Amino acid sequence: MSPPIRFEMRRRTFLVGSASAIVAANIPWRANAQPTSLVGPDNSTVTLVVNGEARGLAIDNRTTLLDALREHLHLTGTKKGCDHGQCGACTVSVNGERINSCLSLAVMHEGDEVTTIEGLGTPQQLDPMQQAFVDHDGFQCGYCTPGQICSAKAVLQEIRDNVPSHVTRDLTATIEASDEEIRERMSGNICRCGAYANILEAIHQASGAQV
Amino acid sequence: MRAFSFERASEPAQAAARAAEVPGAKFIAGGTNLLDLMKLEIETPVHLIDVSATGLDRISSTAGGGLRIGAMVTNTDLAADATVRRDYGVLTRALMAGASGQLRNKATTAGNLLQRTRCPYFYDTAMPCNKRVPGAGCAALGKGAFSRQLGIIGTSDTCIATHPSDMAVALRVLDAEVETTTPSGASRTIPLDEFYRLPGDTPEIETALMPGEIITAVTLPPPIGGRQSYHKVRDRASYAFALVSVALIEREDGTGRVALGGVAPEPWRRPQAEAALPDGANAVMSRLLDGATPTEENAFKITLAERTLAAMLAEG
Ligand SMILES: Cc1cc2nc3c(=O)[nH]c(=O)nc-3n(C[C@H](O)[C@H](O)[C@H](O)COP(=O)(O)OP(=O)(O)OC[C@H]3O[C@@H](n4cnc5c(N)ncnc54)[C@H](O)[C@@H]3O)c2cc1C
Ligand code: SF4
Ligand code: FES
Ligand code: FES
Repeated sequence: MSPPIRFEMRRRTFLVGSASAIVAANIPWRANAQPTSLVGPDNSTVTLVVNGEARGLAIDNRTTLLDALREHLHLTGTKKGCDHGQCGACTVSVNGERINSCLSLAVMHEGDEVTTIEGLGTPQQLDPMQQAFVDHDGFQCGYCTPGQICSAKAVLQEIRDNVPSHVTRDLTATIEASDEEIRERMSGNICRCGAYANILEAIHQASGAQV
Repeated sequence: MRAFSFERASEPAQAAARAAEVPGAKFIAGGTNLLDLMKLEIETPVHLIDVSATGLDRISSTAGGGLRIGAMVTNTDLAADATVRRDYGVLTRALMAGASGQLRNKATTAGNLLQRTRCPYFYDTAMPCNKRVPGAGCAALGKGAFSRQLGIIGTSDTCIATHPSDMAVALRVLDAEVETTTPSGASRTIPLDEFYRLPGDTPEIETALMPGEIITAVTLPPPIGGRQSYHKVRDRASYAFALVSVALIEREDGTGRVALGGVAPEPWRRPQAEAALPDGANAVMSRLLDGATPTEENAFKITLAERTLAAMLAEG
């Protein structure tokens, strides 16, 4: 038998008991955080290059890239699932890299090239990844799909660029687009309908089409 | 979210001076943690200084044979760097065990070090939290609280939160140092083992940084070789924070280094525990976790940490 690790259970110590105490305790924080005035304007102008077209915007500084796309440019293909980086529905490509547009401020994207689902293909001529999702039923309700497709395209590029992942065994070898690699790399896109198996098939088809 | 004014900084010293000058100002890098917290009004800066274009996005070698990682290098670029993959494999492994591909493309080295805890009560502004509101009390220590994910060592009666970073655990085992510029323009180097502050009575103070001080780089000493691995145990296979993680460097002769994530308010490493590596996982953990104070919900982390290390040693 190995010796036990010595520890002592922490006692429940102290908790503010009543709701009023909680509210009271919140007051100083709110007061401290509220200064007299802002240093400059609370709004800005920014130019984004969205799907190849320069778009000037006058926005509140708080506007996320996601809200700029949806509410200001009316490109509603990009979806808001959680608004906290936890689902991937808002995935777009910025300067060739996939990001969560909900956790990025539009004012921080001056001059950036943003590609959304609207910029990938047309109903007449789908992008190979869009076609693959159709061919394999890579969706049910379709809400997560724009994010899945934008992410999937970036995943194949990341594999071609030999960017490692959590499941890459040999960090110095060439990386293959295996089931395991694709699943791990797509973990930032949640599908509430559970279309994962078909999404995987779709990505394999698109991957084959590109080589 | 509260309204804020916005400016772009083009170099670090200027950003630091501005941050010290403007009350309620904060730096923003990738924004993946700060914006999340601003939406919930847990962070309420009135002025944001964008430091993402301050020229700190390069990885270079140091005169001493180590590596200097610019504060704005993204988690993806750092993990994919050829030198890091070859010589500091534990860092690539830890980075790739964190967050998602999308988040790692935005997350920066400095932002990752300074990301705040994932304690569920820190995130819930209807609950008391000493870290969010000093003196309010700690909901995680209340009756019936969920403390499964929270800390077991280095914690205090006022806060039992953990530091959530995977990257920081690898940096700790690699003896990294943090380089900064202060508002007066001076440079400072802070070893990572002195960078984080344990909560004590002031859980709202998390690091050794002074107001306005900006992180410019993280440096690594020359490679130490050995078999490097990072094992993260979590509630799902990917895209979740650690319950327990172990960063391990093993040398041929059985000596090495170990640090833990998911258990403490800082990456948890104790040199006297590493000396016991040749004697196995139990010997290491009985020193590394000696005097732990878990709750009933998270006492399992002690066993989990020991078994995770045992499994890693068995692979070697
Ligand atoms: C859904 C989700 C899952 C995640 N999972 C994981 C995980 O499993 N493991 C993990 O480790 N992380 C995880 N993360 C956290 C992620 O790693 C952090 O959000 C990210 O690293 C923060 O970096 P950033 O550049 O976006 O920081 P920001 O949000 O821009 O900034 C964070 C803090 O750092 C400060 N700051 C930024 N740059 C500097 C500087 N140069 N000098 C001084 N201060 C600075 C800011 O003022 C702010 O306080 C997850 C995040 C999300 C949203
Ligand atoms: S453990 Fe720390 S962060 Fe969590 S509620 Fe208590 S004081 Fe707040
Ligand atoms: S809406 Fe951006 S990740 Fe969920
Ligand atoms: S298809 Fe419905 S959420 Fe994915």
